[in-house]
Amino acid sequence: MPPQPANTGSATTQPATTVLPKSATGISGFDEILLGGLPTGRPSLICGAAGCGKTLFAVTFLVNGATLFGEPGVFMSFEERAEDLAANVASLGCDLDGLVQAGKLAVDHVRVERSEIEETGQYDLEGLFVRLGYAVDSVGAKRIVLDTIESLFSGFSDTAILRAELRRLFAWIKDRGLTAVITGERGDGQLTRHGLEEYISDCVILLDNRVIDQITTRRLRVVKYRGSAHGTNEYPFLIDASGISMLPVTSSGIDRPVSNEVVSTGIAGLDAMLRNGGFYRGSSILLSGVAGTGKTTIASHFIDAACRRGERCMFFAFEESAEEICRNVRSVGLDLRRRVDAGLLRFEAARPSLYGLEMHLARMHRDVLEFRPSVVVIDPISAFRGPIAEVHATLLRMVDFLKSAGVTGMFTSLRISSSLNDGTDQALSSLMDSWIRLMDLEANGERNRVLYLIKSRGSSHSNQVREYRMTDSGIELIDPYVGPDGVLTGTARLSQEARELAAAERRRRDIGQRRRESERRRRALERQINELRATLDAEQDEAHALLLEDEAHDVVLSRDRVAIAERRGGAE
Amino acid sequence: MMPDTADFDDAPAGADSDTGYYYLRLYVAGHTGRSIAAMNNLRRVCETHLAGRYEIEVIDLLQNPRLAAGDQILAVPTLVRRLPTPLKRIIGDLSNTERVLVGLDIRQKADVP
Repeated sequence: MPPQPANTGSATTQPATTVLPKSATGISGFDEILLGGLPTGRPSLICGAAGCGKTLFAVTFLVNGATLFGEPGVFMSFEERAEDLAANVASLGCDLDGLVQAGKLAVDHVRVERSEIEETGQYDLEGLFVRLGYAVDSVGAKRIVLDTIESLFSGFSDTAILRAELRRLFAWIKDRGLTAVITGERGDGQLTRHGLEEYISDCVILLDNRVIDQITTRRLRVVKYRGSAHGTNEYPFLIDASGISMLPVTSSGIDRPVSNEVVSTGIAGLDAMLRNGGFYRGSSILLSGVAGTGKTTIASHFIDAACRRGERCMFFAFEESAEEICRNVRSVGLDLRRRVDAGLLRFEAARPSLYGLEMHLARMHRDVLEFRPSVVVIDPISAFRGPIAEVHATLLRMVDFLKSAGVTGMFTSLRISSSLNDGTDQALSSLMDSWIRLMDLEANGERNRVLYLIKSRGSSHSNQVREYRMTDSGIELIDPYVGPDGVLTGTARLSQEARELAAAERRRRDIGQRRRESERRRRALERQINELRATLDAEQDEAHALLLEDEAHDVVLSRDRVAIAERRGGAE
Repeated sequence: MMPDTADFDDAPAGADSDTGYYYLRLYVAGHTGRSIAAMNNLRRVCETHLAGRYEIEVIDLLQNPRLAAGDQILAVPTLVRRLPTPLKRIIGDLSNTERVLVGLDIRQKADVP
């Protein structure tokens, strides 16, 4: 039997509100529904039709009591012989014989054969009490199982005596303080064939095995539990090689520790679209898109990134086998096989139609508890078939469980159409913290992949539609081309970019030409300026020369005038 | 695990079904009125119909609780016919003599008036 998950109650812990002492069954999930376990020191009735797992429930209760909680037990079988019982439960991992030899368990087979019994007067069932008492004393039992006590009704004709004795037996069990599980076959119109529920009124549990659409689901319901609150719904459970496991259904409140740690998506471009640089640890991410948009590839990137951080991951694949996924993502440069070999990654591949929804859920639940991954990928959730309400409820519980375990969950979902009114996505989106939509854009005779973030709770994020390509080295987000014609993708983007490049080149050429032209004109003007300046200089020189000449002339004139005057004055 | 058949002892040597020897074992729980009545009824029937060829062993389960599982005892008093074979179980205080005789195969069912 797998031990209890760490976040649930153990044998001794009970909710503070309960006054009723309880004995844990050690069946994960079941104890949560019972808010601790079965009532200590009282008989509980487990009833159901043939093949519901009544005996297995009872054996598990005893074996867990003996191995996990140190409470020895007595199994009194009215149907199966001790050897058969041991062989039957051995296939589910219980070593009954070993426990018997260790003195932790006593098994007594009570054979009731009507044909061998002749009734000759008054009698009582003291012999049964003696046997039970002896077996209880021999191992110091705290727990007993009577499986199925109603067989007595076929062995004795005096039902009045029988009923009186059963009443006495249950009183005796209470007096001895034994926690008892009594199994009963489902009868017409009542819980058990002979109305055992009349006598055992402390705790009644009903098992059911229903077939809907050729898929069988086992369910359990607590019909009553005197003196204690309990989960009231029908809860699915699973019986397989490791015994019984149940999925504790959505706890009453949404109350769990949250992490502020951010984990990378494994794709640089996608990280950049989220302000935090990734998703919060323990959050749930929905990846929805039409066929061939690379949902599995993106999920693989996420897993690879987690493995690189040394975290454990679990990949629940419902459409591809582990080998196929490993091979396919190798084409984008991811080597998941290596992660598997390193023990960091575990694939669990199963066909969706293999079990019912609940069964899948219970199986995933158990696997997660076993492997304790920090990242879980479910690829794809759209593979689950069933009424939308049921799928929704199932996934809600899965999301809830992963969150309470602090596991980051990535769910991929295949969309049929590109329209937004897709039922599955709509119903699930409210459960998810982040939602990435992958889309196909068909234009100009080609198909391009784009993605955008619809939401990412607790983190601002890019509102851009981004194109991405799958390259040899992984998924690559391409910077968006946003121009006057809107967002362009693929070759349209390339040709637009080429056009822009050409325009830029042309502009550059124009600018050069203009620059050269202005240079030329500047030089011409400068040349003109120089010429003018030379002319000016020449003219200035000329003027200066004339001036000098004039001055010299003046000097000569004045000298002549003096000479003339002298001459005139001397002669006269 | 307790065996389905008792292994603590068996019928006395030499006694088998051919000789018509009856080896009976009466299981009771304490000295209640019902167990005393059963013992008395058994003695009377045996003396009347099986004089000299019967042996009775009385087992008080309150003193030997371990023996209850061996003969698959549920009801008390239970009379077990260990010999002649096959094994027969007769429950009750043996007050209905006719049924006791039928149960022990001393008288056929059809003979019951």
